[in-house]
Amino acid sequence: MKPPPFSYHAPITVAEAIDLLGRYDGDAKVVAGGQSLLPLLNFRLSRPAALVDINRIPGLDYIRADGGMLEIGAVTRHRAVERSAVVAAHCPLLAEAVRHIGHFQIRNRGTIGGSIAHADPAAELPIVLTALEGEVVITGPGGVRTATASEFFITLFTTSLGSDELVTAVRFPTLGPGTGSAFQELARRSGDFALVAVAAALALDEAGAVRWVRLALGGVDLVPVRAAGAEEFLAGKRPDAATLAEAAALVAGEINPESDLHATAEYRRQLAAVLTGEALETAARRAAEGGECGHA
Amino acid sequence: MHEPVTISCTVNGRHYTRAVEPRRLLSDFIRHDLGLTGTHVGCEHGVCGACTVLLEGDAVRSCLMLAVQADGLSLMTIEGVASPDGTLHPLQAAFREQHGLQCGFCTPGFIMSILQFLGENPAPTDAEIREALSGNLCRCTGYVQIIAAVRQAAAAKAGAPGVG
Repeated sequence: MKPPPFSYHAPITVAEAIDLLGRYDGDAKVVAGGQSLLPLLNFRLSRPAALVDINRIPGLDYIRADGGMLEIGAVTRHRAVERSAVVAAHCPLLAEAVRHIGHFQIRNRGTIGGSIAHADPAAELPIVLTALEGEVVITGPGGVRTATASEFFITLFTTSLGSDELVTAVRFPTLGPGTGSAFQELARRSGDFALVAVAAALALDEAGAVRWVRLALGGVDLVPVRAAGAEEFLAGKRPDAATLAEAAALVAGEINPESDLHATAEYRRQLAAVLTGEALETAARRAAEGGECGHA
Repeated sequence: MHEPVTISCTVNGRHYTRAVEPRRLLSDFIRHDLGLTGTHVGCEHGVCGACTVLLEGDAVRSCLMLAVQADGLSLMTIEGVASPDGTLHPLQAAFREQHGLQCGFCTPGFIMSILQFLGENPAPTDAEIREALSGNLCRCTGYVQIIAAVRQAAAAKAGAPGVG
């Protein structure tokens, strides 16, 4: 189990990386943390002509919050996000979700941009991006563009990223006062990919009713999905136990999971309902306790 | 560009310069090019944790890194854990005293992972110890004695100074 031969490039600017990607015309792979790519190379499931290693490019490893947005550089390690007081204060959902990624040894090395670009439908960060309606910052030969989760995730392990484009940052909106969020997942073993994972974010009005809610699920389709039916049902209602249970049941009905080696579709449906109920209950409690913004 | 690339890195305080093929895994570089065979190779896809080493103080899977990516960086392997005179590190001593190993294949990976863990969390709960060990597989011990070894090492305030 050794990687096949490839050319190796370690550019020190984004422009140089993009130029290299363009020259290989789709036959080069970007490597950052390598925690998903190296297994694929070792198994020889991936045989790129070249690797473009972006670890040596300065300025892609940062976490900053301004203008209601948390922006994280693509090469920022999961472990840095997990430990960041800025992330805990401005995007607690992300802080909660990132702890579920692999094991700490994987989080020491794996990157935010890598997880997003790899587009595993059960991975935590794409689910959080979907729930928070964040955006992916992409740099290509023509400059910088952004893509929402639904614009970015096309299907299994497939994104709208061009072969000469690079994910350079990921942005997560800060939710603000009166909001709450929660992340729930179940995996067979600690550190495994989730069978089903749910991210919930909601805002309560002064009367304690749901102003808006966003529910995103992973492991139930080819890309992370929003549960629009349940979101619509919850809007304007008080999040009591019976209402949340009804919303959870709606989620089970509106997703399309498949059976595989790890779980049957029926089990995934049931799991989605249970995890949704738990995530909603926690998010509502956190919102009622005063919301998320600014508590570091 | 398939040709060997010359890299330099520091392993256990000693400086090495070697020419490596870009596809050379860091684990194979450590074992075959540097002759440091204490780092073991199990699954070669990041699941078993046997090949764990410290990279700039952080525990990483050396099978999920290329040697060229370690150019200019500092590594620590199991060979660098005991004192130069052979005295075991308190964590190693705890593994021996608590029977935290049988065949020993997984042990270097456990030790390297726990070094970082105890450096950051010198007084862990049992739940935290179990979570920290979850990225390393052992097929002999059933883990109970490994947990006991971590507990003993933590009690001896091992791992806190000089790690990372």
